[in-house]
Amino acid sequence: MNNFTVEAIELTRLYGGREAVSNVSFTLSKGQVLGFLGPNGAGKSTTMKMLTGNLAPSNGSVKICGIDMMENPKEAKALIGYLPEMRPLYKELTVDEYLIIAARLHRVSSGNIKKAVEIAKERCGLGHMSKRLIENLSNGYQQRVGIAQAIIHNPMVVILDEPTVGLDPIQIRDIRALIREVGAERSVIISTHILPEVEMVCDHVQIIDKGKLVFNGAIDVLKKQRIGNKLMITMHNPPSAEAMLKIAGVTEVEVLPAGQMRVRFADGAAPAEAIVLAAVQSNWGLHQIAPDQTSLEDVFVQLTYQEQAVAEASIS
Amino acid sequence: MIINVARKELKSMFASPMGWVILSLLMFAFGTYYLNGVNDYFAVMSGAMRPAERTGVTQFVGQMVYGFASFMVLFAVPLLSMRLISEERRSQTLPFLFSAPISLTEIVMGKFFGLVAFLGILVVFIGAMLCTLNIWADIDFGFILANSIGLLLMVASFSALGLYFSSLTQQPVVAAILTFVALFALMFLDRFFAGDPSNTLASLSLTRHFQSFSGGLIDTADIAYFGLFILTFLTLTVRRLDADRLRG
Repeated sequence: MNNFTVEAIELTRLYGGREAVSNVSFTLSKGQVLGFLGPNGAGKSTTMKMLTGNLAPSNGSVKICGIDMMENPKEAKALIGYLPEMRPLYKELTVDEYLIIAARLHRVSSGNIKKAVEIAKERCGLGHMSKRLIENLSNGYQQRVGIAQAIIHNPMVVILDEPTVGLDPIQIRDIRALIREVGAERSVIISTHILPEVEMVCDHVQIIDKGKLVFNGAIDVLKKQRIGNKLMITMHNPPSAEAMLKIAGVTEVEVLPAGQMRVRFADGAAPAEAIVLAAVQSNWGLHQIAPDQTSLEDVFVQLTYQEQAVAEASIS
Repeated sequence: MIINVARKELKSMFASPMGWVILSLLMFAFGTYYLNGVNDYFAVMSGAMRPAERTGVTQFVGQMVYGFASFMVLFAVPLLSMRLISEERRSQTLPFLFSAPISLTEIVMGKFFGLVAFLGILVVFIGAMLCTLNIWADIDFGFILANSIGLLLMVASFSALGLYFSSLTQQPVVAAILTFVALFALMFLDRFFAGDPSNTLASLSLTRHFQSFSGGLIDTADIAYFGLFILTFLTLTVRRLDADRLRG
């Protein structure tokens, strides 16, 4: 018996013959925060809908803490808190009324409802909004109500579809802290297209493109790919690429305009010092040297682009 | 769990002025009919000399009020039922219910019972209103009971049909119009076959099955008709919502 909180097995969803999500498999354990990345229309929301039982997969299955979503939907759903992309708020109710209904529907025992509502409000910073109509709340506060609704029954798995959309920077920071807090003891899946957010909050990343999983792994792997063994050097009198390649450890040189050079070096090598020395001796006019970080965006584009190239190659 | 969904529906209905306005306007109309009925009773009965022409006050006033009520709910139910699912569909709140640990049947039943409970308030009030006749007359409680049951069943059937049409569309107004047209057709179906009362289609008419209740008769055949009517449309609604999940 494993202790995965979420198990998606070969999830496939067809919309009129077109595959919106195809063959997505992954697992999630307790205490993990999974970031779901992908361009628009990649199938993030569709996958989340399938995970929460809002949409029946055409193929494959979902297990929440070992309970099959198709066979025992009620038991499985009781373990999930879900905030869809469009906040499901009843705007004619007050925050308290709405949260009480949410707690009741999620099987919080009648004695604990009041406490559960208080805790959820406190965690989402809604304490002073209790008596306000949801309709009259600002976008950001409505989003908080949506999140409160998803965590009110203290579920094992919290699934948030783009939780930080429309929030101001301070609210985003609060929500991220909340996600990390919940993620420490439970499992959280969030989808987003804000890449730095993934780095900040998640410890697992999945990149999905055109319905296919193109990357699935720990955030560290992605980070490593991002930092890489690269140096960015700017010089007034740049030498030829060959001169640079002679320096020990340098494996690849890319000459860029405006006297810039991107240098790749072998694992374990640290050629920065040697480069500075050579620059001084040969009067290259070095005025800037720094490790070159590929932005997460680049990694993302690379990954999604690679997949496309492979697909095109296999077709032709 | 059905109760929780029903409570939610009731809360939503009373959270907006809509519910209160409809309740009070209907009660006002029924009250007026009731008072007119009592006045008319004396006018008519003072002219009716022969014993055969005389009817009891319960029947006279009751038939007037319940006849009017069964006609008025034709307008009230579509207005109330239209929002049940179409509004949730439009404001995308259905995932809230779908991802809660409740089955589709429970959601549909909850919404149905929520609306029936709301309309049940009307039925109870009408019954209570007529019972006040008992202060100065000896009234026929059985007659009122049969009519109340009949009205409740009729209202429940209307609600089931309204719920189904509400699940078909995103526009509450479209749902209301469809419900109204369908109910209107079902109510007056027997009029089209007035020349041939034994016609099968005529016996599908809602009015015909209400008639025995309005005469004070509780007929199991009619109860079965209403029961099956409700069951059919609730099942269709569940299937419609399930199609959402399957086809997306």
